[in-house]
Amino acid sequence: MKVALFIPCYIDQFYPKVGIATLQLLEKMGCEVVFPQNQTCCGQPMANSGYEHITGDCTKLFQDNFDEYDYVVSPSGSCTLHVKEHIPLKGRIYELIEFITDILKVESLEGEFKHKVGLHQSCHGQRGLHLSQMSELNAPFFSKPEQLLKNLKGLDLVTLDRKDECCGFGGTFCVAEEAVSVRMGQDRLADHLKNGTEILTGGDTSCLMHLDGIIRREKHAMQVMHIAEILNQAMIVPSLEG
Amino acid sequence: MTKSNSLPLTHNSHLGTHSERAEIFNKDFDRTTWHDQTLYMVRQKRDKAAFQIDDWELLRETASQIKNNVLSNMHDYLLQFEENASNNGIKIHWAADAKEHNEIVFGIISDYYRGEIPDDTFKGMVKSKSMLTEECHMNEFLAEKGIEVIDTDLGERIVQLAEEPPSHIVMPCIHWKKEEIGELFHKHLGTEKGNKDPQYLTEAARQHLRDKFLTRPIALTGVNFAVAETGEFVVCTNEGNADMGAHLADIHIASMGFEKIIPQKKHLGVFLRLLARSATGQPITTYSSHFKKPRNGQQMHIVIVDNGRSTQLGREDFRNSLKCIRCAACFNTCPVYRRSGGHSYHSAVAGPIGSILAPNLDMRANADLPFASTLCGSCSNVCPVKIDIHQQLYKWRQVLVQEGYSPTSKTLAMKGMSVVLSNPGIFKFSGKVGRMLMDKLPFLVNNRMNPWYKQREMPEPPEESFRDWYKKNRK
Ligand code: SF4
Repeated sequence: MKVALFIPCYIDQFYPKVGIATLQLLEKMGCEVVFPQNQTCCGQPMANSGYEHITGDCTKLFQDNFDEYDYVVSPSGSCTLHVKEHIPLKGRIYELIEFITDILKVESLEGEFKHKVGLHQSCHGQRGLHLSQMSELNAPFFSKPEQLLKNLKGLDLVTLDRKDECCGFGGTFCVAEEAVSVRMGQDRLADHLKNGTEILTGGDTSCLMHLDGIIRREKHAMQVMHIAEILNQAMIVPSLEG
Repeated sequence: MTKSNSLPLTHNSHLGTHSERAEIFNKDFDRTTWHDQTLYMVRQKRDKAAFQIDDWELLRETASQIKNNVLSNMHDYLLQFEENASNNGIKIHWAADAKEHNEIVFGIISDYYRGEIPDDTFKGMVKSKSMLTEECHMNEFLAEKGIEVIDTDLGERIVQLAEEPPSHIVMPCIHWKKEEIGELFHKHLGTEKGNKDPQYLTEAARQHLRDKFLTRPIALTGVNFAVAETGEFVVCTNEGNADMGAHLADIHIASMGFEKIIPQKKHLGVFLRLLARSATGQPITTYSSHFKKPRNGQQMHIVIVDNGRSTQLGREDFRNSLKCIRCAACFNTCPVYRRSGGHSYHSAVAGPIGSILAPNLDMRANADLPFASTLCGSCSNVCPVKIDIHQQLYKWRQVLVQEGYSPTSKTLAMKGMSVVLSNPGIFKFSGKVGRMLMDKLPFLVNNRMNPWYKQREMPEPPEESFRDWYKKNRK
């Protein structure tokens, strides 16, 4: 299956390892992965700040890069949601995890990852893309990221007191409302620390960047990895390694 | 009474934007923890109550559809309500805005006294919970005319004694600790110094209010639901203070925003089940009182208020904010509200719903509120009438920017960003350089003036970007 990778601008620039893990993971799963070279950004930072009306050029560029593909995949729930809601494409965009569970139909993953892992459920992935059930609704539980993580050998998934509270990143919110943003992040981390998270993971690098910024400032003993990095590290497919 | 992280206690936004006020609120770390946890507990109670009903989501959907029907037929239902209520002997008044509402209320009082308001303490009014009168600033208006309004809801009485507006629409004094209430009551009601026992304090408030109930000839209540079919209205309280006021007074005035209409009495079976469960996790409010006609010798008035609601009804994107039944579930679940407190919203109705209602009333004064959110969407999920609150927050941002309520500096930054991000050539260049300078995204500038850096480290810039890696390793 041919897949075009959309790597959001800040991942490209600051977290290339997340892009690399995503690409390698999809390759291990048998996909042919291409990265259209002229891509930049989906326009979400502007749109969420109230400037959707000046994102026209970004939208056009996005379409020029991705319109020829049936499957566009991105390791960011938030950017995926923005594209889904605001950029009409000939094909369709999927967040990485939902692509693996819903399109590649992977029920569970074989592999090993011997750590206590805390999953940060990012709001846009969860409430926007329905990657997992939302705690507010009286509806049956499911979680696509947990589905992929839970069978990894040695992985101990941490149970949180508040399983889907926002971390406070929120795009420009993180600077416009600095005090509340940081406090929300601190509270999320306190929940993870209390319940024993060693490695904090999630599907949105933006939330992780915010949380990691606080972890490093406050010198907590917790490491941050994007879920693609964990899955890529855990999943061993000898014949396709390279 | 000074509370460590209290804010300028007024609704005027010129005394600070949401983020400025929230920053003050957050200076007291422990108090913020306490505020967050107290409200999160209410959210958990709501979850428990809601999840005991198998058809909860269906109930929400039903409520939403009934309200959609109301919004589409507002005119007809209002006239039907007026006719039926008038036939029952209730006098209906129509108020275009807050000022008219206040003048109508004053007019009713003034008529009662035949134009001569007596100069004694018994001329005033007892009032049960009504966010609409907060919105209209009625207490202040009547005070200027020499009429004292006594709030009889315990929480409202507490904030009234403290000369503050409510910080929450269901629990007006949720930001007060019991020790502080003890101190306040000691000062105003003469309770023992240092006594913070809730039962003791409540009893003191009861005795204090009992006297007001017995001596005030006019009672004002809010309206939770007005039934078009029968001309009756329903007021929900836990303290029975609306009933006590209305039953003892010569005149009962009920103020309602016009969106409180529901078509038929049987629809109460949907809304009453949702309201208290969403608000506090109770199956139903202690009192759900139906008022249909005045008792012999009593006057009953209903003031139906527009105050911007027609405008909101006309805004397609924001119309359904008028479905709100003021349960405050969206407040309790909001991670920003819990960590910034109601007064940070400088608007009678705070929280997520307040942030989509307030800009309709005054865009300039409330331009900051739709930005006081991460758009996490939890509010829309708990809302018993399924208002798409977080989507409206997003849409208000667009409207506010286009109407010019955004700082020029921000517009320039956004335009600059748009140019960079829509030109791969510049993007790649500024990418390499920008990564060094960390100035490519608006929140990534590594200096101590940058709000990101105040309490967070910056990401460490990598050796190469993903696209550089890709060129070397794949194509
Ligand atoms: S918007 Fe919904 S959740 Fe918020 S107060 Fe209104 S009815 Fe309740």
